[in-house]
Amino acid sequence: MATRAKKSPARSAQTSAVKAPKPIQFTKEQELEAYRQMLLIRRFEEKAGQLYGMGFIGGFCHLYIGQEAVVTGMQMALKEGDQVITGYRDHGHMLACGMSARGVMAELTGRRGGLSKGKGGSMHMFSKEKHFYGGHGIVGAQVSLGTGLAFANRYRDNGNVSLAYFGDGAANQGQVYESFNMASLWKLPVIYIIENNRYAMGTAVSRASAETDFSKRGVSFNIPGIQVDGMDVRAVNAAAEEAAAFARSGKGPIILEMQTYRYRGHSMSDPAKYRSKDEVQKMRSEHDPIEQVKNRLIGNNWSSEDDLKKIDKDVRDIVADAADFAQSDPEPDPSELYTDILL
Amino acid sequence: MPVDILMPALSPTMEEGKLSKWLKKEGDKVTSGDVLAEIETDKATMEVEAVDEGTIGKIVVPEGTDNVKVNSVIAVLLGDGESADAASAPKAAPEAPPQAAEAPKAEAAAEQAPASVPAAPKSEVAADPDIPAGTEMVSTTVREALRDAMAEEMRRDPNVFIMGEEVAEYQGAYKITQGLLDEFGPRRVVDTPITEHGFAGVGVGAAMTGLRPIVEFMTFNFAMQAIDQIINSAAKTLYMSGGQMGAPMVFRGPSGAAARVAAQHSQCYAAWYSHIPGLKVVMPYTAADAKGLLKAAIRDPNPVIFLENEILYGHSFDVPKLDDFVLPIGKARIHKKGNDVTLVSFGIGMNYTVKAAEELAKLGIDAEIIDLRTIRPMDMPTVIESVKKTGRCVTIEEGYPQSSVGTEIATRVMQQAFDYLDAPVLTVAGKDVPMPYAANLEKLALPSVKEIIDAVKAVTYTA
Repeated sequence: MATRAKKSPARSAQTSAVKAPKPIQFTKEQELEAYRQMLLIRRFEEKAGQLYGMGFIGGFCHLYIGQEAVVTGMQMALKEGDQVITGYRDHGHMLACGMSARGVMAELTGRRGGLSKGKGGSMHMFSKEKHFYGGHGIVGAQVSLGTGLAFANRYRDNGNVSLAYFGDGAANQGQVYESFNMASLWKLPVIYIIENNRYAMGTAVSRASAETDFSKRGVSFNIPGIQVDGMDVRAVNAAAEEAAAFARSGKGPIILEMQTYRYRGHSMSDPAKYRSKDEVQKMRSEHDPIEQVKNRLIGNNWSSEDDLKKIDKDVRDIVADAADFAQSDPEPDPSELYTDILL
Repeated sequence: MPVDILMPALSPTMEEGKLSKWLKKEGDKVTSGDVLAEIETDKATMEVEAVDEGTIGKIVVPEGTDNVKVNSVIAVLLGDGESADAASAPKAAPEAPPQAAEAPKAEAAAEQAPASVPAAPKSEVAADPDIPAGTEMVSTTVREALRDAMAEEMRRDPNVFIMGEEVAEYQGAYKITQGLLDEFGPRRVVDTPITEHGFAGVGVGAAMTGLRPIVEFMTFNFAMQAIDQIINSAAKTLYMSGGQMGAPMVFRGPSGAAARVAAQHSQCYAAWYSHIPGLKVVMPYTAADAKGLLKAAIRDPNPVIFLENEILYGHSFDVPKLDDFVLPIGKARIHKKGNDVTLVSFGIGMNYTVKAAEELAKLGIDAEIIDLRTIRPMDMPTVIESVKKTGRCVTIEEGYPQSSVGTEIATRVMQQAFDYLDAPVLTVAGKDVPMPYAANLEKLALPSVKEIIDAVKAVTYTA
């Protein structure tokens, strides 16, 4: 996948305000930040997959492996108070928002130290402190909710933007377009991030979507869209900066189509027979978001292999600590059954 | 230290599987993400990926082995400089990891679960506030009472706003929001497009940040488009977030049959929403209750379903002229005291019930009328106390008869006051049909005063 960030041609007539972001170079510090963040998500998810296999994590578990550059690049463009909301493939978003690895992992194992006290699970975690509004298991619901977060920002005139993440599958839900309409009508500060990982569960984009250029999905609502190489954290970040500035300035919503890829199945029980192994292997070997950063760090002589190994070790330690905690923390007290239903 | 590679569970229900193929052999180097083996579950063939880096030291379970238990050791991974010999001997026998040992325990715990389910908490609801003697009573329509309630709360709390179809410039499809745009402006009185699913979600999202939306549905029939956001997002978020955030908001609008609007516009949602933990459901009859309970609903930190009725909008009742008249959610009101039979109703059902009681009085039957006002949480103590006195109970509502509010009351009365009953609890409800359009059929589909009188005669054995 070539690095590309182009303005969707179909909407250029209505919204000439948005220019395609220029490819940007990261500083050493940005590269290192991105590397560490993406590696944390990767290692965390691998560990989650392993704990699932061992029976510590139950139910559904949707891993973010392969898509790490999207949340990482987006989050680097946010300011304090900006909100994030997403669907069920949410562990990466939570880590990127700064929620603790222990809290997320312990929620996955259904323990009392989990972010939702063990009552939410993989798909339902929240953090008021980190402005993370879930974690939603109903495909597309987070788009209306995220529009509501933006509504609240405008109501309070607080200068914040909300980020509503959803997939190429959710992009076909009706409430997405109801939300687009209201967000554009009311000029709400929301960035719609369509994580196009090419498959809605097992259905390839071309089999489910009449228009597969998701950056055009806002055309009927005068919402500009940008197609972004979601495997390149720099391209994501450039688009994020552009989109945040656009939404914050009162111009209304904007769509970012992140062209990305998930390496694992839809959930843990998905054998992923709907795509070839070669396709997956090609993405992993040629477009891996973490390898790209690693190669630049080394190529620019910004880091040695040893420097990166140290980061690897730090990240592994965080994940190992989270996994230990998540296995040893007690289950919720039975009295929690009836708490948090009503205030 | 050598790392055990375990037989993974690859679905929520998998307990064992076939190790069909090894894609790596002893001595192969692997890194995170490499496919090690293929496993057949009852549903599919899955790939097992490496999590750790190292060299395959020993394959413990050969390919083609059936019924390999989840969590048994299938191979051993060696780090730099570790030897396969050191790893193989003690590790050869599949060793149950801690979780495997815990699993049976968890099952045993599940079997005992009924004994350890904690009791559902009971909460006391305060009685209605006293209305000071000499308070002026003002004849007010339900429509005006609802408007007054919203206006007062919007003056009190800048976080309260109303959104819905035609609530602003049109002044409300049923004129409930008349005058609100003039007083509060378009920021707080928000006309929405006709997109119930979307604007309900927008309302819930705003509420999750601490705003206090009032989401008006032109009718609750249209809220079926939004019911996912109401139930899955508004009602459940507090629980799913471990108490971190919820949806302090009101969903309101008319519910139930109006007149001659046929099947899709004539449906009572009291029983539907009363099924859901995390919601409160209010359905007032009088203007005073409409005002006092809507003010309470707006202040409530939980999502409240506020069910109104189009026919009642124009009915007038006395409302006390007080600066801040707020009623408790979850408390029934004894509309009329009596000794012979307990009539339990709510909302528009009270219309039939009050008339029936007047007719019954002429027959010498002294009915006690309980207006539930709140469907969830349901004020059963008030109902039970009354049934203990009368020994008889009839419920009245317009909704469908199966799984209705009445059947819920009948169940609870049977469970909590069985020894006091002198007759079965009877339920008067709408008929089990979609609402017909023809005037005569519509009338037949709705409950009637006569059906209530007949039911009371039956339970008092005066038929």
